[in-house]
Amino acid sequence: MMTDEIPGDEPAGPPGGKVKKFMFVNRKAPYGTIYALEGLEVVLISAAFSQDVSMVFLDDGVYELVKGQQTKGIEIKNFSPTYRALDGYDVEKLYVERESLDARGLTEANLIVPVQVLSAMEMGELMQQQDVIIGF
Amino acid sequence: MLHIVNKSPQERSTLESCLRVARPGSALLLIEDAVYAATRGNAAAEKVREAAQALKVYALAPDLEARGMKDAAMSEVTLVDYGGFVDLVAGHAVVQSWL
Repeated sequence: MMTDEIPGDEPAGPPGGKVKKFMFVNRKAPYGTIYALEGLEVVLISAAFSQDVSMVFLDDGVYELVKGQQTKGIEIKNFSPTYRALDGYDVEKLYVERESLDARGLTEANLIVPVQVLSAMEMGELMQQQDVIIGF
Repeated sequence: MLHIVNKSPQERSTLESCLRVARPGSALLLIEDAVYAATRGNAAAEKVREAAQALKVYALAPDLEARGMKDAAMSEVTLVDYGGFVDLVAGHAVVQSWL
């Protein structure tokens, strides 16, 4: 039965109240294209809808999380500190693929936020458990 | 001549194409996401190190800094600023941008 909904202060929940598992897959380096920034914005929006959000960093996407980004010289906003704010939006599940770090000479110590490092196999299994996967 | 590459070596094959074609004595400038190719431990590092024996390899420092990768730059690669970029373009009669 349909009822009139009155907008309130509560965060907008999903229809029917079922929380879905959303996974955002980030596969692009941060400044060469707009994908990384746009992906981050979509994650922040989705967090407002009280979904079960995971962020995954694969391939060049792991470069998004590299510490010490200084963008003054290229005159583009440094959005890397925003990854540290995700926690405040209840986005706490950040996963990075070990193979992608290895292929770029990076380790967990090079990253700006605490993450869970998974093997490609573990990543694939996590993907299979999702309701929705959105790639950037 | 001067070759300019701007895409990540693990995202596109433009660096590979450039290195296949570039003749000894040419210059190679890595800009934007291509600067990742000039960092230690990346999958293309060996190819770049090998190329640096025949080519003069440069990377744009502001692009490395923006990506937090300046400290990871390989010693075989010379870092240039925007002024250096202009000098390279002005100093070579032929420039190929590998888009």
